[in-house]
Amino acid sequence: MSASGERLASALATHAPAPARRRIHPFDDESWLGRILLAPAVVYIVALVGFPFFLAISYSVSDATVGSTTLHFVGFRNYAQIFQDPTFWRSLRNAVVFTGVSQVLVVVLGKILAMAIYADFPGKWIVRFLILLPWVAPISLGSIGWLWIFDPVYSVINWSARALHLFRGGFWPIWLGQPDLAMASIILVDVWRLLPLATVIILAGMSSIPQDIHDAAAVDGAGFWRHLFRINLPLIMPIMLVALLFGIVFTFTDLIVVYVLTRGGPFDSTQVIASYAYFTGVQGGDLATGAAISLFLFPVLVAVAIVFLTIAKRTEVT
Amino acid sequence: MTHRPLIIVRSLKRTVHMLLLAAFVAFLAFPFYWMAITTFKSTRDLIDTTHNPFLFGAPPTLDNLRVLFFQTDFGRWIANTAEVGVLVTLITLLLAVPAGYALARLSGRWGHRLGIAIFLTYLIPPTILFIPFSRIVAGLGLQDSLWSLVLVYPSFTVPFCTWLMMGFFKSIPRDIEEAAMIDGLSRFRAFVKVVVPVSSAGMLTVVIFTLTLVMQEFVYALTFITTSAHYTVSVGVPTFLVRGDVYFWGSLMGACLIVSIPVALVYNLFVDRFVAGFTVGAVK
Repeated sequence: MSASGERLASALATHAPAPARRRIHPFDDESWLGRILLAPAVVYIVALVGFPFFLAISYSVSDATVGSTTLHFVGFRNYAQIFQDPTFWRSLRNAVVFTGVSQVLVVVLGKILAMAIYADFPGKWIVRFLILLPWVAPISLGSIGWLWIFDPVYSVINWSARALHLFRGGFWPIWLGQPDLAMASIILVDVWRLLPLATVIILAGMSSIPQDIHDAAAVDGAGFWRHLFRINLPLIMPIMLVALLFGIVFTFTDLIVVYVLTRGGPFDSTQVIASYAYFTGVQGGDLATGAAISLFLFPVLVAVAIVFLTIAKRTEVT
Repeated sequence: MTHRPLIIVRSLKRTVHMLLLAAFVAFLAFPFYWMAITTFKSTRDLIDTTHNPFLFGAPPTLDNLRVLFFQTDFGRWIANTAEVGVLVTLITLLLAVPAGYALARLSGRWGHRLGIAIFLTYLIPPTILFIPFSRIVAGLGLQDSLWSLVLVYPSFTVPFCTWLMMGFFKSIPRDIEEAAMIDGLSRFRAFVKVVVPVSSAGMLTVVIFTLTLVMQEFVYALTFITTSAHYTVSVGVPTFLVRGDVYFWGSLMGACLIVSIPVALVYNLFVDRFVAGFTVGAVK
């Protein structure tokens, strides 16, 4: 077979008719081949992301339950019911607090940690491995580790604080059993889990700054803080934004930390939208209401997607 | 005389640096250290509040691991996870590698938009999809079957891996397949015979991520699987070993450690690529 590149083939085709075989076979036509190679993935994504997403929306305006076999359209009754449910508002507020506080901490601590491990030092490999552990270990199992650390009777935190005389008298916090402490605890675990990812993303951003810029700043006599706020931070702002967006998505939609540590308690003080949707939709069997609750995650995801698209468009131009 | 304060400043800086690193490492790695200590303690030692929890008050024991391996389905859960992982990896490779190639080479502007659209589907979380999926899975008669996971897991691995492979193929010089096509291969054959073999590094990344994402997945497995014999490890450990009032802390911590450390070791080698996949477009 003496077939050559597609461009050459089409150039020849204008002069002499190309062999019929090659013209017909779709694998030889670039735009057709592209569609054929893409089709399985696109079909799969439409069938297993797009279709269920559409179903989630239609359940939210229906009376679907785990046992029911037919759906009836009930309009916005489920939403009206949710809006009157104090637990829902509490979950929404908790989800915002949980996400907001943990992600501010993650970005600030991530930047500090990234600066601390940026330069080479002996033992960097092992430090990096240890720092990455929380992100790479399955989160449900990491949370179990924290469940033991926060144990009401055998908490190592309480034991150590008592041994160091930080806790005196009868002071013995029940980390997961007191509303404010429970929220602080799940925030701590979420920071623990997402800090490694933010750190490595920020590190990637820092190493993409050309060395010339640092050199020029040093020649100009910029000190540490001036360098940090005038040069370093503005240059890595887009990448920190990426780290923040992923952190927001992962935290706002997460139910594992809450499910393992508190099951939303005590008194729904750590209930978030994702966990409330699970307890209502799956354990409570009320698929319609559960779907309606879970869809309140979506506006945040749309906002995140818009920011992403803006970043993508900007880099496309340059 | 003038360089003396400089030395002090420098050693002060180094001390602050080391303290900072030590604090971060202590925070991030402590739970794993704690799992390791708990795994080898006898139950009586664990629950004696007069004992220093950092030390062994009684001789170390392998009892907890014996319970884990011989009195729970832990081995079964690991086998289940491996089975699902292998199948999902195969599906992901079959779908994501051709799609990534098509997006990198065979499509113009619409390909760029489609690529971003595929990436954005990664943002639709399991927490929105698990409710409709629970009915789809029931409708297909796959409740409590590992096949439900094999069907559903590619929904989060395929978008991300397609995006990763697209970035990878863009980094391969076009000359490779153009030379092969001048030698008489069709575009498709050039892709299969020339491009795929030089892409083994990219495909290995896809394999690692798919396997680790499968190991980490929790929500779907929790929703679809109801019997211990069909649990994956990430759901089996927290639901089976934390039921009722009796917690087998030693066995629990052992399970967490045994699963986490090997995954962490492998993942550690690939984390830079993972980050590159996340930040394609934001960092060049």
